[in-house]
Amino acid sequence: MAFNSWQEIIWMDGYGFYVWLSFGVSILAVGLLVVHGLLTRKTLARMAVQEQQRQQRLARRKQQERSRSKSTNDSTS
Amino acid sequence: MWKWLHPYAKGEATFRLLGAWLPWLSGLALILVSVGLVWGLFYAPPDYQQGDSYRIIFIHVPAAMFSMGAYTGMAIAALIALVWQIRTAEWAIAAIAPVGAVLTFVALFTGAVWGKPMWGTWWEWDARLTSELILLFLYIGVLALYYAFNDARTGAKAAAILSLVGVVNVPIIHFSVYWWNSLHQGATITKFSKPSMPPEMLIPLLISIAGFLFLTAALITQRLRNEILKQELHRPWAMQQLGVEANNGVQ
Repeated sequence: MAFNSWQEIIWMDGYGFYVWLSFGVSILAVGLLVVHGLLTRKTLARMAVQEQQRQQRLARRKQQERSRSKSTNDSTS
Repeated sequence: MWKWLHPYAKGEATFRLLGAWLPWLSGLALILVSVGLVWGLFYAPPDYQQGDSYRIIFIHVPAAMFSMGAYTGMAIAALIALVWQIRTAEWAIAAIAPVGAVLTFVALFTGAVWGKPMWGTWWEWDARLTSELILLFLYIGVLALYYAFNDARTGAKAAAILSLVGVVNVPIIHFSVYWWNSLHQGATITKFSKPSMPPEMLIPLLISIAGFLFLTAALITQRLRNEILKQELHRPWAMQQLGVEANNGVQ
């Protein structure tokens, strides 16, 4: 250990402000990047639900169209 | 010979491979960065000239190294994307650029905060600092180009070209302290002669560098996995991965 007390650690021989500022901002910057990545994953999960609903709508419409064309075919025959 | 590589041009295979790596990469990153920084901050002896201010080196040097390393990786991905038209490589550009930009910002910021007490100024337009600032602008430019087009592939191609052109900046950053007179000190460890640092400082620095290597890899892996999911969102495997049942089979 290069220091004897908490005061010395914070003071850092007079350079405490610079050392702690650079460590703090760096950790914050990387932390924000990680959080942004996790939030993106959440947004993607929400988009997946929308995509699922879209695909369901499409499938339903296709089914309706098929049954409608079937009924028109039945009436003409 | 290269046939084993072919499946990874597909998004899903790469996604699964990266998923297997991610816990190891982030675990090693967390352990090594913590050990390196705690050792450097509290246990390494103070510098005989710079006192305790030199402790900034344990973040500054690794961040600067991998700001350049990530750019080189991005340029390689860009080359693969342009020559072989592999989409995973295009997505890698979008995954690497934000990570590289943050590392570059960290290197510039810690450099400025270190420069103030040592050189008496936050900033100086000298070769090393200016070329590193240009690296930040290159990263931002690549990102801006990537997302600037309605057609994602056009954007990826434009971003890839800028990545490749900008790679000329990487050796300029590295050799700037030799080619021009600079306030910045010369290389401490990346030179062929013996490193000019005692082992009590060098060992925590090397641990921190190893930690930043894994940190960079883990951050890129996280973002590349997101990018693959985003691009393949309409495919059943991606929807299942995001916890949603795909309906492609339903008629």
